[in-house]
Amino acid sequence: MKVFKLIFKNALRHKLRTALTILAISIAVMAFGLLRTVVTAWYAGVEASAANRLISRQAVSFIFPLPYSYRDQIAKLPGVEQVTYMNWFQGVYIDKNQFFARMAVDAETIFDVYPEFVLDADQLQTFKRERNSCVVGADLAKQYKFKIGDIIQIEGDIYPGVWQFVVRGIYRPRDKTTDATQMFFHWQYLDERVRQESPERAGNVGWYIIRIADPAQSGAISNQIDGLFKNSRAETKTETERAFQQGFIAAAGAIITAMNFMSFVIIGIIMLVVGNTMIMSARERTREFAVFKTLGFSAGHLVGLILGESMLISALGAGLGLFFTFPFVAGFAAAVPKGFFPIFNVEPSTIILAVSSALVVGFVASIFPIQRALTTRIVDGLRHIG
Amino acid sequence: MEPIIRVQDVSKSYWRDSFEIPVLNNISFEVPSGEFLALMGPSGSGKTTLLNLIAGIDRPDRGTINVAGTDIVALNESRLASWRATHVGFIFQFYNLIPVLTAYENVELPLLLTSLSKRERREHVETALTVVGLKDRMRHYPKQLSGGQEQRVAIARAITTDPTLLVADEPTGDLDKHSADEILTLLERLNLEFKKTIVMVTHDPRAAEKAHIIRHLDKGELQQN
Repeated sequence: MKVFKLIFKNALRHKLRTALTILAISIAVMAFGLLRTVVTAWYAGVEASAANRLISRQAVSFIFPLPYSYRDQIAKLPGVEQVTYMNWFQGVYIDKNQFFARMAVDAETIFDVYPEFVLDADQLQTFKRERNSCVVGADLAKQYKFKIGDIIQIEGDIYPGVWQFVVRGIYRPRDKTTDATQMFFHWQYLDERVRQESPERAGNVGWYIIRIADPAQSGAISNQIDGLFKNSRAETKTETERAFQQGFIAAAGAIITAMNFMSFVIIGIIMLVVGNTMIMSARERTREFAVFKTLGFSAGHLVGLILGESMLISALGAGLGLFFTFPFVAGFAAAVPKGFFPIFNVEPSTIILAVSSALVVGFVASIFPIQRALTTRIVDGLRHIG
Repeated sequence: MEPIIRVQDVSKSYWRDSFEIPVLNNISFEVPSGEFLALMGPSGSGKTTLLNLIAGIDRPDRGTINVAGTDIVALNESRLASWRATHVGFIFQFYNLIPVLTAYENVELPLLLTSLSKRERREHVETALTVVGLKDRMRHYPKQLSGGQEQRVAIARAITTDPTLLVADEPTGDLDKHSADEILTLLERLNLEFKKTIVMVTHDPRAAEKAHIIRHLDKGELQQN
């Protein structure tokens, strides 16, 4: 018989209590994993930001457009390598729950400025050639079973009417943090129709994306761009892509902070649960610990027994919780409107944080029982009625 | 015969809140090697405290205790634990077996502190269980044994490391007459056949009859024979 076997037998001494404790830890780990994944998903856009891209938008608000004519002026600035633009189209595909980003873009430049969207050359050429074509992300294609040649029909809301797009390309994400749930189509296709139906809204884009040669010059170039259009009817606010994405998140900052806070509250709850179990367990065994000491077991042995038991319970709870975190997160992702979180993965950092938190909990929960076992005199321990 | 236990001028008090309660007062005595000593006395006379001091699980306020050539009062906690593991076998009134371990595993417990191999440990455990007549019950858990059998397992645990000294605190105090007789016969056999020095605390005059020396304690004082 080895010490580990003794630890294992002690842990299973009260099977129901141990099982409930492990279950409590696993549920807490699952909840922690989900909350961290949601928080990570919010930050996915920030993480995916490139250092060499600037976003120039309307200074008053993001929802107001910028003139298409700004493009050439921005492109002429020193340090600017390429300029592209986008327009938020929105619309309804099937119903309002089928949410994914639909963007009117400049087909000629979008895939140059966003190299993380990987599109086969022949598909790119076809996309550029056909005015009513679109490109969809691989995850979106998988979700809706889109394939080349399919027609996607969207009911417009910001831009009323029925819009049809032919799928001519499916882009792949270069990185794990790349959003592959978007749909891109020709801005010109949109603008031509807007020009006919609402001429006053024509000739505008949502925002510009500027690829610069040197990220260190981002501040200076941003100032130059904004300087160009100062006192115009549409002043610009230019910032790095990261700052732009963070601006989005800031709107939901309180919710994210609350979720962050809650995820660590959960760690505290696990600590109390395991701590309570270990304290009860150690109190019941006060006499046994005295017997161990009487037989010659040292303080180190007792620390090993109690810490080992606490860590074993925590590790089993963490393992079980992690095992079920993936289906739990997948279930949550399926429950929220499709496309709400384009990047929704359980990150390795979440797994590491959950496991290390559970192990820290195991360690902390054993401190009081260890202290009690070590400081109780043998003669007092032998008198203890468990 | 050379004394294996030498207790000199030992005093011990306990504190209850702010009150000092003297338990042992200037005790001195010796136990020759291979003897069977019974400590008797009324409740609160200090006999269990004296036993605990001899066994190295408690410390005196004053005086010296030398067991098997070691001044155990001078040992620190760690060395004292190691000394107990090597030199002392304990038999408690309430057996104090570990309930989640089988009889075999309980007897093996003190051997985990030695450098014996698994095979050697098995030999020791089987020998000890054979001596107490419970080899056929070694896979049983304490709750599957009678009180007498549990105490026999506890005795097997006490002798499995072949200690210098066996200390027994009311070993028959929780047993019926038949089981108590079995335990006392076993202790007598360990003393006579295996030459173990035994110090036993008991209330029971019949149990004390098995001992070669009987010492009485009263109010912390050792009475003259």
